[in-house]
Amino acid sequence: MTANPAVRLQGVVKRFGALTAVDHLDLEVPEGVCLGLLGPNGAGKSTTMKMLTGQAIADEGTIEVLGFPVPAKSKQARGLMGVVPQADNLDEELTCEENLLIWATLQPIPRNLRQQAVADGLALAALTDRAHSKVGTLSGGMKRRLLIARGLVHNPRVVLLDEPTVGLDPQVRADIWVIIDRLRNEGVTVLMSTHYIEEAERLADDVAIMSHGRIIARGTPQQLLDTHVGTHALEFYGPPERLTEVEAIAEGLPTRRTGPSVSILRAESIPEAMHDRLGVGTQRVANLEDVFVLLTGEVLE
Amino acid sequence: MIDVHAYAGILTREAIMFRRLWVSTTFASIVEPTIYLLAFGLGLGALISNINGYSYIEFVGTGSVATAVLFSSVFTGMFTTYVRRVYQKTYDGLLSTPVDVSEIMTAEGLWIAAKAGVYGCAPLLVAMCFGLPPSWGMLAVPFIGFLTGLGFGFFGQWLSGIVPSIDAFNYVTSALITPLFLVAGTFFPLTQLPQWAQTLAQLNPLYHCVQLVRHAAFGWEGWADVGNVAALVIFAIIARYLSIRRLRKRLIG
Repeated sequence: MTANPAVRLQGVVKRFGALTAVDHLDLEVPEGVCLGLLGPNGAGKSTTMKMLTGQAIADEGTIEVLGFPVPAKSKQARGLMGVVPQADNLDEELTCEENLLIWATLQPIPRNLRQQAVADGLALAALTDRAHSKVGTLSGGMKRRLLIARGLVHNPRVVLLDEPTVGLDPQVRADIWVIIDRLRNEGVTVLMSTHYIEEAERLADDVAIMSHGRIIARGTPQQLLDTHVGTHALEFYGPPERLTEVEAIAEGLPTRRTGPSVSILRAESIPEAMHDRLGVGTQRVANLEDVFVLLTGEVLE
Repeated sequence: MIDVHAYAGILTREAIMFRRLWVSTTFASIVEPTIYLLAFGLGLGALISNINGYSYIEFVGTGSVATAVLFSSVFTGMFTTYVRRVYQKTYDGLLSTPVDVSEIMTAEGLWIAAKAGVYGCAPLLVAMCFGLPPSWGMLAVPFIGFLTGLGFGFFGQWLSGIVPSIDAFNYVTSALITPLFLVAGTFFPLTQLPQWAQTLAQLNPLYHCVQLVRHAAFGWEGWADVGNVAALVIFAIIARYLSIRRLRKRLIG
């Protein structure tokens, strides 16, 4: 347990009728850490984000952001927090500059510093030359960058990024990653939900795997690999009977089946004799998806 | 404690939005009541010599103020709030900043009221062109419009929070808003209605707006007008309470 984490959730439960979206969640994010919250749709990531801003109220448990209990003092917390939602909710009829100016007015930025904050936001989003363009005329990638700049306009200490690159093409995704990387380097605490393995691997200092409203594994990407799946996987393709045969031979080693393939994890520890019985497979480097599928039985995109 | 910063933020947003969209907003809010005024005033005015001692253009000119106030406030409260909540997800964004539901709804209600106060003067000015004599009391009309618009703005917000879909506004408009603006003494005196309808009309906030505007134009009526103001204040307080309570349920999970 960290002494003064930026974000702390203890025993948090959130129910929607019969559905338990977040189930006794314990989560801490130390200051200056970028935590990737990895999980499929419906894992409870967005609900967790909403509870941190007071937009969803936990049925049980306690939540603190920068020492402020939420929802009791969520306004104070939100003044130090930047939130980038999954869905674009920019004002389409207004210009980029106006969108940022509104947020600069809503956030606790002194009046004499607002214009500078807006200019910095436009620069961060690489939209200085489009400052007077209506948002409705921007591309999807530009809107996403503006949405992120809007959430950062007041230089928050904690940033919540809810699926920051969902639905974007690879080039735009790379642009967004540059911005997130910059936040990490500046020591901003980042809580980023994602269901993209690569995003979590590349950006997060720490990854928490979430499934059915719970954190089921936590650590650096390397720690998660070492603990659960080792360094390499041996992959076999074939009809279902062949895959079942491979699983039987590999008894005692972790395996994951995905569509027409089965992967034997911890391939580096397969005994020589087992290799002979398995036949020829394709060796590859183990990844967080292996960890995720192994632990949850679910498949990520 | 009132968080001035939060109110200033929301009102700034409204002002920036208005600067972009004022032509369409103003057109809709002014033209429709003015058409009613001209249609009734010039059409029926030729057939009716006077009502309760007023010429028909005087009667309907002052009544149309209430219509303009109602249209510009209740429909904005209904549709704008609904669209921002359901389609644009504006409130989800705003609620991630240091503002809460009551501040958003109250500030937006104040903005709606301010516009209603201004738009309500348009039919009055048009009526003046057709013979309504100006008076000093008419300077109070923007304030009457503001107070009435505040209540109906909140009322519209509340309606936006209870309808299951945007299509349901058709029922609201036909079954609720239309009777409200017809049975308020805008186009004909309530004395023509059965006693029970006259009694019921006392519960219509728009009736008190119409009374206040007429009295502002033609002479105040002392305690009766204090009662009219009190009715509008009570309406605004109740509507604000309902609006915030309903929208909080809708926006905070």
